[in-house]
Amino acid sequence: MRALDKKLLRDFAHLKGQALTIALVVAAGIGVFVGFQSVYGSLLYSRDVYYERYRFADVFANVERAPEQLKSRIEAIPGVSQVYTRLRYPARFLVADLPQPPVGLLASLPDDGAPPLNALHLVTGRLPTAGQGEALVLASFAEKRGLVLGEPLVAIVDGNACTFRITGTVLSPEFVYPMGAGEILPDDERFLVLWAPRTELAAMLKLTGAFNDLAVALQPLAHQSQVLADLDQLLAPYGGRGAYNRALQPSNNVLDGELYQLQTLALAVPMVFLAVAAFLLNVVLSRLVHLQRSQIAALKAVGYSNLQVGLHYLELVSVMVLVGSVLGIAFGAWFGRALHDLYGQFFRFPVQLYHLEGRLILTAVGVSLAAGVLGAMVAVRAVVQLPPAEAMRPAAPLAYRRSILERLGITGWVSPAFRMVTRELTRRPLRTSLSVLGIALSVGVLIIGRFNADLTNGLMDLLFQRMWREDLLVAFAGPRPERAIRELGHLPGVIRAEGLRVVPVRMRVGPRHRDVVLYGYQEDGELRRPVSLSGVPLTLPERGALVTQNLLEILQVSPGEEVEIELREGSYAKKTLLIAGPIEDAAGLAGHLRADTLAQLLGEEPLVSLGLLTVASRDTQDLERRLQAMPQVLSVSAHATLVDRFEKQSAESIRVMTLFATIFAMTIAVGVVYNNARVALSLRERDLASLRVIGMTRREISAILLGELGIQVILALPVGFWIGRAMARGISATVDPERFRFPMVIETQTYAFAAIVTLAAGLASGLLVRRKLDRLDLIAVLKTRE
Amino acid sequence: MAEVVLAGRELTKLYRMGEVEVLALRGVDLELREGELVVLLGASGSGKSTLLNILGGLDRASSGRVQYRDQDLSDADEDELTLYRRRHVGFVFQFYNLIPSLTAKENVALVTDIVDDPLDPAEALSLVGLGQRLDHFPSQMSGGEQQRVAIARAIAKRPDLLLCDEPTGALDFQTGVLVLEVLERVNRELGTSTAVITHNLPIAAMADRVVTLADGRVQGEVVHTQRAKAADIRW
Ligand SMILES: Nc1ncnc2c1ncn2[C@@H]1O[C@H](COP(=O)(O)OP(=O)(O)OP(=O)(O)O)[C@@H](O)[C@H]1O
Ligand SMILES: [Mg+2]
Repeated sequence: MRALDKKLLRDFAHLKGQALTIALVVAAGIGVFVGFQSVYGSLLYSRDVYYERYRFADVFANVERAPEQLKSRIEAIPGVSQVYTRLRYPARFLVADLPQPPVGLLASLPDDGAPPLNALHLVTGRLPTAGQGEALVLASFAEKRGLVLGEPLVAIVDGNACTFRITGTVLSPEFVYPMGAGEILPDDERFLVLWAPRTELAAMLKLTGAFNDLAVALQPLAHQSQVLADLDQLLAPYGGRGAYNRALQPSNNVLDGELYQLQTLALAVPMVFLAVAAFLLNVVLSRLVHLQRSQIAALKAVGYSNLQVGLHYLELVSVMVLVGSVLGIAFGAWFGRALHDLYGQFFRFPVQLYHLEGRLILTAVGVSLAAGVLGAMVAVRAVVQLPPAEAMRPAAPLAYRRSILERLGITGWVSPAFRMVTRELTRRPLRTSLSVLGIALSVGVLIIGRFNADLTNGLMDLLFQRMWREDLLVAFAGPRPERAIRELGHLPGVIRAEGLRVVPVRMRVGPRHRDVVLYGYQEDGELRRPVSLSGVPLTLPERGALVTQNLLEILQVSPGEEVEIELREGSYAKKTLLIAGPIEDAAGLAGHLRADTLAQLLGEEPLVSLGLLTVASRDTQDLERRLQAMPQVLSVSAHATLVDRFEKQSAESIRVMTLFATIFAMTIAVGVVYNNARVALSLRERDLASLRVIGMTRREISAILLGELGIQVILALPVGFWIGRAMARGISATVDPERFRFPMVIETQTYAFAAIVTLAAGLASGLLVRRKLDRLDLIAVLKTRE
Repeated sequence: MAEVVLAGRELTKLYRMGEVEVLALRGVDLELREGELVVLLGASGSGKSTLLNILGGLDRASSGRVQYRDQDLSDADEDELTLYRRRHVGFVFQFYNLIPSLTAKENVALVTDIVDDPLDPAEALSLVGLGQRLDHFPSQMSGGEQQRVAIARAIAKRPDLLLCDEPTGALDFQTGVLVLEVLERVNRELGTSTAVITHNLPIAAMADRVVTLADGRVQGEVVHTQRAKAADIRW
């Protein structure tokens, strides 16, 4: 081994504490990068393979009832490669021990059991035989319920019960994210799809020789929007409800949103870490170069070229980065797997394999090396620029000035130790600011880690305390006259009953449209009110609707203007709606108006879709059962159950995110504080030793060095709070605003948590350095000339 | 007379630090001949180190020429100077400038790694009387020992020129003599042309030629017909 390589290894060994902390920061960056990217890659791959093998359609459409003969005309639309006509019908299902019956869909399966598009993946059992009353069921439901094959399942369609025997469980590319229409969270137990042979289903639904749903595959270069328009035109006479593409297909839409979020995080978060790592490398290497000035000069004087000496230091950086990379990749694989499992609970693919691509590993190593080199560049430039004649001169003393504080006369009364601290901090304002920034970043990361919890709590508070205040929610099978509410109010145990009209519509402005919900509120209603993100209930206008701000932006309309709406139930009539104003509401896209305004708009008697009840006792089992037995009731859900489910579902992801964010943030905090401390120590070892020699105690010299760190940590806290807020904002921005919008609340506890963990990391680093200080070998320090 | 190995002609050096300008050399001519041992004397600030740095290719003159054998170094760029130092020049610094993380042998190997036909590091260390200390780190050696390692490092490449800036400056008298003996031996046995800067007048006695600088100029030159033995020098 060459002598220069030996120097490399010994320098590395000498710097091991710092090298390790830097490597850990690099590891955290690479870990997040590899973790997020691998999950992103795995999900993308699972999705693509799934969609491809199971021929996921490109375009979907829903129609009242169209004759099967229309199929050939649809096939003739330019760009269409395949058409799959089918039957879909909403249903609710009776399951013995479930007070709240699952809702979902009855879907047709071609009699031969093989859909040309959106093929099913048989998980267990076999395909149904036509004419035997057999059916397939969505696996997520079957697994959750522990459904046994061969068991009967009763579906209620338009009030009629039909019994199916389950022969198999399946996955479908249309239900990767199995969630019922209008729900905000998936609930495997309460959403199910049943596939029955088409002939049987057609007879049952009186749709023989007709179809009411459509999936279309396009040719590779098809003009999608043209196909959609042509399809709409063909279907219009048969009650076409508007064709839509994959982007608006509910399950795919959620999946897309999630993938987008992953992709964004996979880029943004590692950047923070690599920036910190680059900064640390800069600090440590600059210090090293400073300490090794005379060695560098000597190397040059004896004939090493600038390139050789520069590379020597870059190699040192590379070793640290590579050690970090190895740790980071291992860590990323672990983190990725945990995250992937988390996703696996929500997204169902036939084959869902977590895989870590070699290419990704190479990218990670490459990117972190680049960051390392970038961070080291300043120091290495100093190496290259150092004239070899420097070897002949003793090191120049550092230039100090009186600090600003002193010049302002503020520190006249303080100890010389404090003066030394402030001079040190103000001597290199850039370095000090960068250190503060580095620590602040870790404060920010900590806030992000906990922000997830705050976000969920804030949303839960908004949704469940301020917006939805009923104890029981009764969904009617269809719109009912207001009288239905009075009937509910007379049930024993009910304290208050209110109605809410909910109308699904398609809101359209020119070519832009979205499927949204209109809410009609009772005038004296207390249980449901339109509430803004800040939790303030809004007064509804006399005319027109308050419309989700985000929706206004999508449709590009302003208050005072009118939009076209197309009903998505009943008559499918077209109307115009006045936009009275914007509202920052939390979930979904919606219009909020008075019940009477809505009734007027729809040209109907005041009707209700939901009954909202407050009840006397917490035990609502009997009441629920009673409600359920009413023929006009589709489903009943208890507020408490929803809250519970929400909490349960978010708890797991909150736990995982907080854990990882805390680990990451600790890494950064320790990395920054410890390295700063070590750098300060080695640059000033001689000064401090001299102070000890002239009679200062260990405590006194520790105060000088640690005081410096303490001030940096304290300064970093407010900056970090601000950064955390900004990052939280950035992360919320990756959530699809069409699904959720968040109240930006960061709890005091979160700030406190971030502050405490950072202080702890600072303290731990301080103690490590303090140990070094206590062992300061006075004679050795003063004897050697570096 | 022996051939001129290294020649500086009308060398000037101007240091500029902001407003202040220091003319460290004001037209110096100096030759170093094959196998010669020259001692440079002069008051502090007279320009000795500056001159040596320029001759050794560590620094560039503001004007004037430097010639090594038939190679003109006056306009050499950074890379050419590096090669010149690597191939021909051995330096001994007042502060040793050893790499603290490398052992004596490794410090010497640092140089032998990058030159053709070097001495074996162990052999070079034996030459300076440190054959038994190969695996010691600089921090485990005295100043004089460290300086001898530095000399071993300088001679291991079989340099044509050995340039020493106050090699005994940080040493006591006895260790200083030890170091001087090594320099003398290298000069004799390897025939290396050697220039030594010193503040100790008695050391001048071991030189073939003594050049005195004052205020950036050559003030005088004395040629000795008889060199004193390093071992006999006292100060
Ligand atoms: N890098 C530099 N920048 C500015 N001035 C310098 C520099 N190096 C040397 N000088 C000045 O040049 C002059 C000559 O310095 P030089 O180091 O050559 O003196 P010297 O004879 O070696 O002195 P000493 O015996 O003290 O080592 C001095 O006045 C010195 O201040
Ligand atoms: Mg000098």
